[in-house]
Amino acid sequence: MSSRAKVGLALTMLLVLVPILGVRNIFYLEVIFQIAVFAALALGLNIVVGFAGLLDLGYVAFYAVGAYLWAFFGSQQPYLLHAIPGTAPPGTPFFLPGDTFYVFIALGVIVAALTGLLLGLPVLRLRGDYLAIVTLGFGEVIRVLANNLDKPLNLTNGPQGITPIQRPTLPAELLVVLRAIMNPLVGHNVSEGDFYNLFFYLTALVVIVVVILIVRRLDDSKIGRAWTAIREDETAAIAMGIPLVRLKLYAFAAGASFAGAMGVLFSASRTFVSPESFSFMQSIGVLSMVILGGLGSIPGVILGAAVVIILNLQVLQTFSLYLSQLRQSDAVIPIINFAWKDLSTQLDPAKYQRMLFGVILIVMMIYRPAGLIPAARRKRELLREDEADVDQNGGSEEIANGAS
Amino acid sequence: MALLETHGVTKRFGGLQAVGQMDFVLDQGRIVSIIGPNGAGKTTFFNTLTGLYKPEEGEVIFDDHKLVGLRPDQITTLGIARTFQNIRLFGSMTVIENIMVGLYPRLKQTGMDALLRNKRFKEEEKYAHARATELMAFMSLKGVGDELARNLPYGGQRRVEIARALASNPKLLLLDEPTAGMNPRETDDAVRLFRRVRDELGVTILLIEHSMRVVMDISERISVMDYGLKIAEGMPAEIANNPKVVEAYLGRGAATLADEETVNESA
Repeated sequence: MSSRAKVGLALTMLLVLVPILGVRNIFYLEVIFQIAVFAALALGLNIVVGFAGLLDLGYVAFYAVGAYLWAFFGSQQPYLLHAIPGTAPPGTPFFLPGDTFYVFIALGVIVAALTGLLLGLPVLRLRGDYLAIVTLGFGEVIRVLANNLDKPLNLTNGPQGITPIQRPTLPAELLVVLRAIMNPLVGHNVSEGDFYNLFFYLTALVVIVVVILIVRRLDDSKIGRAWTAIREDETAAIAMGIPLVRLKLYAFAAGASFAGAMGVLFSASRTFVSPESFSFMQSIGVLSMVILGGLGSIPGVILGAAVVIILNLQVLQTFSLYLSQLRQSDAVIPIINFAWKDLSTQLDPAKYQRMLFGVILIVMMIYRPAGLIPAARRKRELLREDEADVDQNGGSEEIANGAS
Repeated sequence: MALLETHGVTKRFGGLQAVGQMDFVLDQGRIVSIIGPNGAGKTTFFNTLTGLYKPEEGEVIFDDHKLVGLRPDQITTLGIARTFQNIRLFGSMTVIENIMVGLYPRLKQTGMDALLRNKRFKEEEKYAHARATELMAFMSLKGVGDELARNLPYGGQRRVEIARALASNPKLLLLDEPTAGMNPRETDDAVRLFRRVRDELGVTILLIEHSMRVVMDISERISVMDYGLKIAEGMPAEIANNPKVVEAYLGRGAATLADEETVNESA
């Protein structure tokens, strides 16, 4: 199949099939929306970790910055700066109209990129483990700030989080048209909420297409080559005339910016943000997507995001549900003949979900250490067939001579 | 005309003086060697020239620019390129990509150009590719451009490293033990290659070398370092007969350099 046909097929699936299935069963739409969000996050982190080789354990901080940016301006929060959390007077208006959401996606990119620079500047001299620890700290600082900035000025509404957050308006006429198309396809009347889910899903798709385009173009340029060179050997890279500081800052800023955009999208789609969404585990989750999929590999990272999300939202949950059912039944564990229901609560199978995820990660790293789709270098030398033959022989001979 | 001059360059690590009061002049178009026993401060001297280390005292003047205080990437951009004692290629990049990284200071494209894929970007990438191909041909690396650098045999990796250094169009090439680990035949090839780099590309070459065969064969001048100090300087024939040099290499009362040569060869 030609690559054009593949893209066509993928687009048909994503733009026609998924919306129809998604509206029939909203759970699928949720899964694929989350995949899209986390794929964008993973692609961003991939620039920092995969391309430039800077281990960032606090990546979710930039996602939080984007999310809280829209959460603050897209809610009533600016009017509640002096209010105690949870005591918003009824009838408080929204600060900005919901349609400024689109502007805020761009603003999220800029603010997150600036935050990336802010983090990048002081830590550029650090390498490897030290950098990882500092970014971990940074991620926690942002979360703790979100948790505690309800005093002296109530910026984040503290641990309760900010809600409601506005969504952009879907024009009524558009809804009529969409219903006319969708209702017969789905078989029931599609609610406005479903259309919002579709809308956020499609927006996430647009963002991710833009992200892929940007990442690919950067990767295949002087900047991308310099990032890889820095990852491979910093000292050699600097001796090649690569300004280390500037390129590391680029990597931090570019990676952060995608997370910022997705943060804005996330807070609007949930109409709610709280510090809990930006825990250290989230950073680790995104990192595991990058590593599982293949460090530095764009299709790998997207697949990694899909696999991790599907595992966590669907496969492992179904599995632990199944185990819980066993526990309530009279079934026994085969071979050792032990009744499931006699299992102590500490060994509750529902708790195996995360353990299984961990086991899968370990097995993957043992058998496919380079990830699901390992990063491949592009073939560039581009010799013509006939020429290639001769040169290949000449070249290998030469190298054979060169071998000691 | 002097391409590179250093005046009283001193580099200390704690109490240890790795390079002391180094005065050194290198004329344009020459091939010059620095020799000396292990730990004499040769590589440290290289590192102060390229900006990896900042000397405590002294001045480095290259092509009318003062180098002390500049960052390594700025110094490379001014026209000094180098290779490393233990080969430092970008192992998981291909050979041609390694060389294209070397072109970094000569490419003017910005991130925006790359995102827009505009004319400037496309032309520069085409130029980068052509230049890299040219250098691969010069270094007899044709046909291995798409191999990962780490998969090349030792001699090939050495050549890629030199090609990568040459990609930045340097005026001065610093080679740190470029023939270490090579057999006599490879060494002869390498020496021929260095001459071609100087003659055909007009690049001045300064090398650190242990093999006396190479040093005596290729050098137009030799400087000898020991314990961070320059102890002798001159034409190869003068150096070979300099008693201070023999002493530095073999200890007091040692025999002639001829013996020393055999020691080095068998090592």
